This record gives sequence, C-alpha cells and structure tokens, in this order.
Amino acid sequence: MSKTEYVSPEGLRLDGRRPMEMRQLRAEIGTVAKANGSAVFEMGNTKVIAAVYGPREVQNRSQLINDHALVRCEYSMANFSTGDRMRKPKGDRRSTEISLVIRQTMEACILTHLMPRSQIDIFVQVLQADGGTRSACINAATLALADAGIPMRDIVTSCSAGYLNSTPLLDLNYIEDSAGGPDVTVGILPKLDKVTLLQMDAKLPVDIFENVMGLAVEGCKAIANYIREVLLENTKQLEFRRGL
Amino acid sequence: MRGLQLPLSQTQRIRLQRAFEKLQSLSSKVNSDASVTVADTIPVNYEDAFLKGHGTTDLNGELVATVCGVVERINKLVYVRGLRARYKPEVGDIIVGRVVEVAQKRWRLEINFTQDAILMLSSMNMPDGIQRRRTALDELNMRGIFEENDVVCAEVRNFQHDGSLQLQARSQKYGKLEKGQLLIIDPYLVKKSKLHFHHLEQFGIDLILGRNGFIWVGEHVETRDRMVVDQANSSQQSMVLEEKDQTHTPLEMRQNICRIANAVHVLSTLGFSIDADLIMETVELSSSLKIDIHDMLGSEFHVLVAEREAERRSLMGKRRR
Repeated sequence: MSKTEYVSPEGLRLDGRRPMEMRQLRAEIGTVAKANGSAVFEMGNTKVIAAVYGPREVQNRSQLINDHALVRCEYSMANFSTGDRMRKPKGDRRSTEISLVIRQTMEACILTHLMPRSQIDIFVQVLQADGGTRSACINAATLALADAGIPMRDIVTSCSAGYLNSTPLLDLNYIEDSAGGPDVTVGILPKLDKVTLLQMDAKLPVDIFENVMGLAVEGCKAIANYIREVLLENTKQLEFRRGL
Repeated sequence: MRGLQLPLSQTQRIRLQRAFEKLQSLSSKVNSDASVTVADTIPVNYEDAFLKGHGTTDLNGELVATVCGVVERINKLVYVRGLRARYKPEVGDIIVGRVVEVAQKRWRLEINFTQDAILMLSSMNMPDGIQRRRTALDELNMRGIFEENDVVCAEVRNFQHDGSLQLQARSQKYGKLEKGQLLIIDPYLVKKSKLHFHHLEQFGIDLILGRNGFIWVGEHVETRDRMVVDQANSSQQSMVLEEKDQTHTPLEMRQNICRIANAVHVLSTLGFSIDADLIMETVELSSSLKIDIHDMLGSEFHVLVAEREAERRSLMGKRRR
C-alpha cells in the first residue's frame, strides 16, 4: 500500500469529511424537457443526468415480451467528465457492465407486469466523475423513473463505502476510490429492507466487510430520505400548480 | 424540485415565487397531506373493507403507493392519481395522434400510450360518405387518406384482449388535421370536459384538446372532411384549382395560430391545467399588453401569466364561498 494518509490523525479525510460523513447531495427533477421523466443527481462533485422514455411501443419487435415490459438502460460518460479529456469508445467493457448493473437493479423494482408489450428506456450520463458514479447513476435513475410516473415497488438507492487505513469510509471520492482499497457498492430497497445490488472489487475479512456494508446501507437510507423529500416536494408543486 | 429553465432576473424570480406561494396557499385548503411518493404507506382504516386501486400495492398487510401522486378515495376504493405519466386511455376519449405506420387495413398511431394505437380502415368513415364494405381497392388507397406523419384526430373505441387500443373516426369532426400546429404537453394537464373541440370564432381557429396531451391549433375548416379522393375526371380540374387556393394560409392566420400555440406552451411549462377559457385569457393578456409572439416564451410573460393565474384562482375561490 502507498504511504498516503487517507485519514489524518485528527480523523479527517482528504476532502475534510469525517469517515462516516457523506458528500453533499443535490437533486433536481425535470431537467430534460422532452423526456417522460428526468433528473440530475449530485453527490459532491459527482454529477449524473438521467432521462427515462416510456413505457412506449417496443422498437425492435423481436424483443417484445408478452406479459411484461422490456427495460433497457444505456450508461455513458461525457468526455469532459474526467480530468483528462479522453475519447472513449461507446460500448466499452466498463460502460456495458454498468449499464447491465443499472438495468438489473431498476428492473427489480419496476412493476413491469403492469405495462405489458412495452419498453422503458433509461439513459444515464455522467457529467462529472468524482468517484461513486455507479451509485449516483442508480439514484438518478430512480428519481427519473418516479418522475415518469412508472409504478415501482420501492425506490432504489445506492451508496458506496470503502476501507482505507483500517477505517471504514462512507461514500468514496475519486482519490480514495483509486487508492486500490476495497470498494463496496450497495443498493437497497429501503421500505422492503432488501439488498438489490452488492458489488466489491477486493478482498475483505468477513467481520470488517459487515461493518463496511452496514455503513453503506446507512448511507443508502440517508439518500432514500433525501430522495423522498425531493419527490414529495415535486409532487406537491405539480399538484398545486395544476389547480382544480 | 422542478425548476423552470428560464433566465429570470432577481425581481422576476421573487414575483414568480410569490405567485406560486399564493397558488400553494389557495390549494392547501382543499386537500393537505394527500400527496404521496413511491413506497409511502397510505393510511386506511383496516377494519373497514377497502378496495385497492391503481397506484397501490399490498405490502405486509399495509397499503403502499407505487407512484408519486395524490391519494383519492371514492367510497371503498382507494387509489393514487399519478401526475406526470403517459396517457391512460379511457373509452370515448377524444385524442390526437400521429400516424407512424400504414399497415394492412390499419394505421398505427402514436398517442403517448404504452403502445401504438390502431385505427382500422373499417372504423373510418369513407371519404365519399357511403356506408359499404371496404374493398381491396380501398385498402390500396389507404395512403390517400392518411400517410405516415399525418396528424389525425380520433376517438378511443375499445381495448383488445391483449391490451392494445382501437380507435375510431366515424364522424365528420374526426380525421386528418392540416394547416396548424401540434403541441405535446403532459396529459394530466388536460381535464376531461364535455367539449374538446373548440372553434375560436374571433380568430377562425380550431382548437382540439386531445386527452392524451396532444393539442391541435389549426385553421378552422367547415367540415373536417378534406381527404376526398375523387377519381371522377370531371371534377379533377376544379379540384386542383381549389387545392391551390387552400394551400395558402394568410399571415394573420399563421400569427394567430402561433400566438395560441405559445399561450398553450407557457401554461404547460408553468404546469397549469389547460382549458379553452384559460388559453383565451392568456392570448388576450398577451395581445392587450402588445407582447410580440416570440416574446411570449420569454421569462417576463411567464411571470405575468403566473401572477394572473394566482389572481384568477383566488377570485374563483372567493366566488365559491
């Protein structure tokens, strides 16, 4: 391991947060005018935009499913999202994998059987990448789906946690993420209290893993509360503006 | 929160905020705390029998919302009225759609539903107005009636067993729409009313408020029956002349269409429910203040309309009391 100190003796991280502190959250609904539902979600410097189209007619007839809706997801990263401007080919390994992950998590919560023979498209794009893009994408997609009025079992929220300098850290940023330590991304359904996504790309002893995961779940719950607030505020706004 | 994507100056922002606050205070008297979001528990009396309707699900014996919206209770039925969603058709709704495909004996129409709607050749009034069996020749001439990308007005006929939707256009008032603009807004903003066809006489304009959120603003036509495919040679010549006459829309008419279209646009971005009276009031407001058509989409006019609406609703509330 490198000698870099990720947690100072005073218990502060590189960006001045406490180990169990999350970055600032910000969400905005209705950012893409032509989409059926859309949202921007920010976690600190990570910024993601999501747009949902549908449920609409299936474009490719061979993909039509008779008893439930087809969910599709496309993840992309803007060229300007990272520090070094790189032209990445569309559909590389990483983005295909994240598209699949987002699709599976969202499909688990959408009540697809209510919209047979139709298709739902989710597009997410990372505008600024600073660690935790996966979680931010899932959170943005949830907001966009709720905005599109698509029936869901529960909202899905996601958050990451890591383990560096023998301290569990919540919501890693880019520097901490690239330190090479374990990075656990968790997605939960807060109301049902179920886990829909769990990813880790390193090894961790079981007892420490439980701690780290518990921390990530706490983070998810905090995000869920925030998303709830935003959605409720948005619903109230729409209702009173509409009038009688 | 849904923000308007408009460049607002400091004063405009405050004025808009004040107007919205006024609207909020007016509506909060009617129903408070009825708004729910996804996975919120809906309070119901479990001793009484109740029926769970749309937008709800059962979770460990609790009634839980599956969409964001407003809880509505009708007798025993409890359901959540979702706000921003795609159109949910009901039989008898008047809708406006766009033809996406001409298929065997049918047209497929995009109507903002989960699937494309189907308009059968047999549920159309024939151009010549005679009731008869549809022949193979009629089938070949389908493109003479509607082509791809044509805007069509029709009525919801019924649902097929597989959930697809059938339309009908068995009246003079339905059919192809020409010489105008199609506006697409959120369907929840269009209220169901007795009248969805409006003839605005002072402008000579037809306004169709499709229940699916497609709104048509176009030049008035006497009988909405312009798809005459007359094969008789004798009338061909006169037809051509007539056609030439009809292709020209005077500038004033086009300006009127644009003014009304922009009024609809402003109202829908502000999220106000739309009816013909409100559209006309907005048009009058813009012309009385001598606001240019293109300036109607600017921030100042949005603020003005919001203030005006707040005033209007407070007056309506007083009258009701």
